[in-house]
Amino acid sequence: MKFGIYPGCSLTGSARDYNESVFAIAEAFGLEFTQIPDWNCCGATAAHNLNKELSLALPARILALAEKNGLEEIIVPCAACYSRLVVTQHELKKDPELKNRICEVIEMDYRGTSVILNVIEWIDKYIIPKLEEKIVKPFNHKVACYYGCLLVRPDKILNYDRAEDPQTLDIVMSKIGAAPVDYPFKTECCGAGLSISRTDIVSKLSGKIIEDAEHRGAEAIIVACPMCHSNLDMRRPDINKYWKAKYKIPVIFVTQAIGLAIGLPAEKVGLKRHFVEVKIS
Amino acid sequence: MARIGVFVCHCGENISATVDCGKVAETIGNLKHVAYSTEYKYMCSDPGQTLIKDAIKEHNLTGVVVSACSPRMHEPTFRKACAEGGLNPFLCEMANLREHCSWVHEKNELTTEKAIDIVRTQVEKVKLNSALQPIKVPVTKTAMVIGGGIAGIQSALDIANTGHKVIMIERSPSIGGHMSQLSETFPTLDCSQCILTPRMVEVAQHPNITLYTYAEVESVEGFIGNFKVKVRKKAKSLDEKACTGCGLCTTKCPQKKIPNEFEQGMGMRPAIYVPFPQAVPNRPVIDRENCTYYIKGKCKICEIVCPTKAIRFDQPDEILELEIGAIVVATGFDIKHADFFPEYGHGRYKDIIDGLQFERLASASGPTAGVIKRPSDGEIPKNIVFIACAGSRDPAKGIAYCSKICCMYTAKHAMLYKHKVHEGKAHVFYMDIRSGGKNYDEFVRRAIEEDHVNYIRGRVSTVFERDGKLIVKGVDTLLGAQQVEIVADMVVLATAGVASSGAEDLAQKLHVSYDSHKFFAEAHPKLKPVETNTAGIFLAGACQNPKDIPDAVSQASGAAVKVAALFSQSELTREPLVAIVNRTSPPTYSTCVGCFMCQSVCPYQAIEREEFKARDGKVVKTVAKINEGLCQGCGTCVALCRSKSIDLLGYSNTQVYAEVVALLNEY
Amino acid sequence: MSHSEHHTERNTLAGSVEKSVEVQAHKCYQCGKCTAGCPVADEMDLPPSMVMRLLQTEEPANDERILRSHAIWLCVTCEMCLSRCPMEIDIPSMMDYLRQRARKEKKVNKKAKNIIAFHKSFLNSIRFTGRLYELGLILDYKRQSLNMTQDISLAPKMISRGKLHLFPTMIKGTAHIARIFKKTRT
Repeated sequence: MKFGIYPGCSLTGSARDYNESVFAIAEAFGLEFTQIPDWNCCGATAAHNLNKELSLALPARILALAEKNGLEEIIVPCAACYSRLVVTQHELKKDPELKNRICEVIEMDYRGTSVILNVIEWIDKYIIPKLEEKIVKPFNHKVACYYGCLLVRPDKILNYDRAEDPQTLDIVMSKIGAAPVDYPFKTECCGAGLSISRTDIVSKLSGKIIEDAEHRGAEAIIVACPMCHSNLDMRRPDINKYWKAKYKIPVIFVTQAIGLAIGLPAEKVGLKRHFVEVKIS
Repeated sequence: MARIGVFVCHCGENISATVDCGKVAETIGNLKHVAYSTEYKYMCSDPGQTLIKDAIKEHNLTGVVVSACSPRMHEPTFRKACAEGGLNPFLCEMANLREHCSWVHEKNELTTEKAIDIVRTQVEKVKLNSALQPIKVPVTKTAMVIGGGIAGIQSALDIANTGHKVIMIERSPSIGGHMSQLSETFPTLDCSQCILTPRMVEVAQHPNITLYTYAEVESVEGFIGNFKVKVRKKAKSLDEKACTGCGLCTTKCPQKKIPNEFEQGMGMRPAIYVPFPQAVPNRPVIDRENCTYYIKGKCKICEIVCPTKAIRFDQPDEILELEIGAIVVATGFDIKHADFFPEYGHGRYKDIIDGLQFERLASASGPTAGVIKRPSDGEIPKNIVFIACAGSRDPAKGIAYCSKICCMYTAKHAMLYKHKVHEGKAHVFYMDIRSGGKNYDEFVRRAIEEDHVNYIRGRVSTVFERDGKLIVKGVDTLLGAQQVEIVADMVVLATAGVASSGAEDLAQKLHVSYDSHKFFAEAHPKLKPVETNTAGIFLAGACQNPKDIPDAVSQASGAAVKVAALFSQSELTREPLVAIVNRTSPPTYSTCVGCFMCQSVCPYQAIEREEFKARDGKVVKTVAKINEGLCQGCGTCVALCRSKSIDLLGYSNTQVYAEVVALLNEY
Repeated sequence: MSHSEHHTERNTLAGSVEKSVEVQAHKCYQCGKCTAGCPVADEMDLPPSMVMRLLQTEEPANDERILRSHAIWLCVTCEMCLSRCPMEIDIPSMMDYLRQRARKEKKVNKKAKNIIAFHKSFLNSIRFTGRLYELGLILDYKRQSLNMTQDISLAPKMISRGKLHLFPTMIKGTAHIARIFKKTRT
C-alpha cells in the first residue's frame, strides 16, 4: 500500500521542527511517505470564516490529488489540516449535491475514499507495535499532554478520541516512559488563528494552559499541532509579558519526544529550533 | 337477512374537520343490507348512545357499526349501549375514522373516500359476526408486590389491610429501597428512616404479608386472576429460623473491604452483612462473590463464631412456584453514574459526589454520622456547589426528560448543608426550578431567603481539581450570560433518575410494555396511570418514571385499590375473542390432524391435547384444544394451522376475507 | 404533514441560519453551557448563548445586533460549545454563516477589522502561490492592518531558526487554485 503524507504549510515553515521529527522517526522505524504531489493549503481558519465553498474546495483538491495518485492512507501531522480534511470528507459524504458542486469547482473527480490519520493514530498504528524494542532512553519526565481543539472536536465527526479528558496522547507518552499529569486544560483552546490579529487573546488563553501545566509540576507540554506549538512556544514572550510571568516550560511535539526516547539527537528532531529552550532530554 | 345500522361520529371536529361525515353516512346508507345510517356530533355522549339504542329497536337491527375513534377508546362504551338496546354486544363493530383517517390526512375528497372504505369493511364484517358470550374465569386472591421500596411497602400494606394475602419479593437483603438511604425529606425535613422503618416493620409482622428478600422473579405465566409466578430465592447461606440476628458473624468476618452499597460506596462492609442497622429482616446474608470461603475454599469464621449454628455454606437457591391473582410492580429507580459525565469529573475526583452520596453524608446513620465531610480528606467543605440537571434534560447524553425530583432534593441538600455548616457557602446551578407540589415552592424559597443559598441560573461547563479544590466553571445567564468560576471544596451532582437495573428483563418476563428509557409504561397516560397493558399487572412508584415519595405513595395506594377491586369479584368475565379448534361428528371429530405446531408457537401455553376414544376405550384420535381461560386471542395458532382447523372468534377467516373483498369491490 | 411544515418560510436571520446550516435556534433552552465553556466569552459583546437568544426573538433589530457584533469574529471555532451542548446545536457552523452574512451585508464590526484583514491576507497568500507564504502573509497583513510595529522582533528570530522562508514556494497548479478562488467568488 502506498502511504501518503500531507504536511501542510506550517510544516514547511514555522513548524519545520515538527516536520523534521515526523520524518526522523519515520525513518528510524523504516516507514516511507509519498508527499501528495502538488498539494495546496487546506484554507485553515480563514477559509471557513470567510467562504464555506472555498473551505471545502481547497481540502477537496488535496484529497482528490491523493486519490488520483493512489494514496489510500494519508497521514496529516498538523491537527488543523487534519480537522479540515476530515470535516470536508464528512460534509461531502453527507450531501451529494454539494459534492458535485465542489467537484465542478476543483475540476477533478473526488470519491472520498481516503483514510485520513492524525499523527497519534499514525503512531498507534505504525510506531507503537515496534516501539518497545527501540527505546534506548526512556522519556522519564512528568508531562502535560495538550491535545488542543482540533484533534478531538467535533468528536462526532472525527470519531477519534473522546472529547472530554482524551487519553490517546497520554497513552503514547506513557509508553515511552513519561508520566502524564492530571491536566484539565488538555482540550482548552490556545487562541488558534487569532495569533497575529489578536495576540492579546492568544497570550491570555495560552498563558492559562502553560500556567496550569507548570503548576502541576509538568516538565514539558506535549503537543501534536503546529498551531498550538507556535502559540505556546513562539508566543512565549508575549505570554510572559501579558501575565507578567516567567514561564519556562518547554513545548515538545509528541514525535520529538519519541525521537529522543529512541536515541535520536535533539538537532535531528528539530528541538534546536524552539523559541523556549528545551533543556530536558 | 342482515339489517345493519351505521352511526358516523364527528368526534367534535376531530373527524368532521377533514372527513365529510354527511357524505359517509349517506353513501353507506345506500349499501345493501344497511337498514339505517346516520351521523352525530358526539356518538359517545348520552344522546348519541340513546340514538343507537333506539335505532336498534326501531329498525330491528342485526348488527351495528360505530364509525368513530379507536376501539381502544370506546369499544366497551358502544358494546354496552348495544347490549342495553337488546343486541348482543359482540354484534357491534367499530370503524376507526379518527386515528386511521381524519387525524392522518388533509381535508379532501380522497379522505372521505377512505373513510367510506373503512366503514364498508366493517359493514361486511359485522354481517358475519356471531353472538358471543363472555368467558368466566376464577380469581386467585393473592397479590404479589415486586420491590420493597416505599411504593411496594405502601401497596402491600394497603392490599393486606383489605384482608387479602400479599407476597412481597425484594431482590436485595432488606426492604426499604432508596428511601431508607435518605437523610431528611422535603418539604418538611422529617427524618426519612423515622417515618419509613415503622412501615418496614409492619410489613414484616403483618399476618397477611409473606416477605421474600434476596429473591427475584424467575418467570411469569398465566393471566389476570390466574398468574403462575416462579420466584428464585437466592441462597442467603443462612438458616433464617436458627439465626437470631445477633450480628457476631458480621463483626468477625475477616473480609471487610467491600464497598457498601447502602452507603453508596462511601463505606465498607464485610462479606456476611446486614445492609443497615434497621434492615428488615434483620438477618445477614453472605455475599458469595466476595466471601473468602467461596473464593478460596477456606475461612468459615462466621460458622465457627455463630452461637446458633445458623450458617449454611451449601444452601442452594430455592425456586418457589406461586399462584397469584394480581401483580404490583414497584421496582423503583436508579441514578445515573460516574463515567456518564466526564466534563464534571464524577468518578475521577473524590469530592465530586452524587445526590444519594450526599444523602448518606447528611444522614445521622451514615458513614460520617451526619457530619458533612468531604470524601478525600474528611474536611468540612466551606464552599459547596450543587449542580442540577446533571444528565437530565440533556438529549445529547440520551436523557431528554426532566427527572422531576432533583430541584427539590437539591434545595433540601443546600438547606441541610447550611443547617450543619453555618459559616459555609452553598451555590446551586440550575436551569429552571420545578417545584410544583404542595408546599414545594415555599420550601425552595426558604432555602434562598432564609438559608441564603446562592442560586445561579445557568449550567456548568466543566469541573476540575486543582490544589485539592474543585474549580467549577459555569455561567450566570441572568447577568447577560456572564461566566462564573467558583472554587469549591465539594461538588454534588443531581444526576438523572433512570430505570432500575434489570427493569427491561422484568418487563419482558411480565409481558408489560416499557419505554425507550426502560421505564414501565402505563396503559393510558391520563386515565390509566396505574394499569399496564397487561390486565392484572399494576404499577407503583418510580419504576414508571422518577417520582418523589408522596407521588409514589399515592400511586401505590391507587394500585392497591385496583387489586382490591379485582379481588372483590368472585370470578372475572373476559372477552370471548379466543381461538377455537373445530369439532365435527365422529369418526373425524375435527379436521385437526394433531400436528401440534400450534402448541409450540402459542405464547400463552393455552393449547392442550384432547383425546377421542372409541367405545372400547381405545384412543382413536388426539387433537388440539384451546384453554379459553389462557388464550389471549393473538391468532398466532390460526396463522400457523396447516389444516385450517383453528379460527379466532370475532375475527374468523371468513370475516377477515369479507373485509378484504369489500375493499377490492366497487360499491 | 408535520407541524413544522405548516410554517411559512421565515424571513429572519434564524430562518436563514436554519436553511443554510441546519441550526435550529429554537432548540436552545438557554442553559448557557456554551458560554460557560467558551474560551473567548469574556471578550465578547454577545456571548454565544446570547446570540442564540437574540436569534430566537426573530426581531429585525436583534438580527442586526448579531450581524454587527464583535463576538462573531472573536469565535475561534474551538468547538467546545458544540461538544458540550445538551441540545447538540452546531454553534460553530452557525458562526461561520453569520460571519459570511455580515460581510455580505457590509455589517462587519469595526473592531473586527484586524481579524478580517488577517484572514484576507491569508487567503491572498494562497490565491497566488497555492500554499501559505508566511512572510508574505505578515507583510500583507501589516499593509492591510497598518500595524507596522507588531511582531517586528519575531521575524529575525524565526529566520535564524529556519522557520521563515524569504521567498514563496509556488505550486504547479497555481492557475488551478486561482480558478477555485474565482469559482467560489472569493
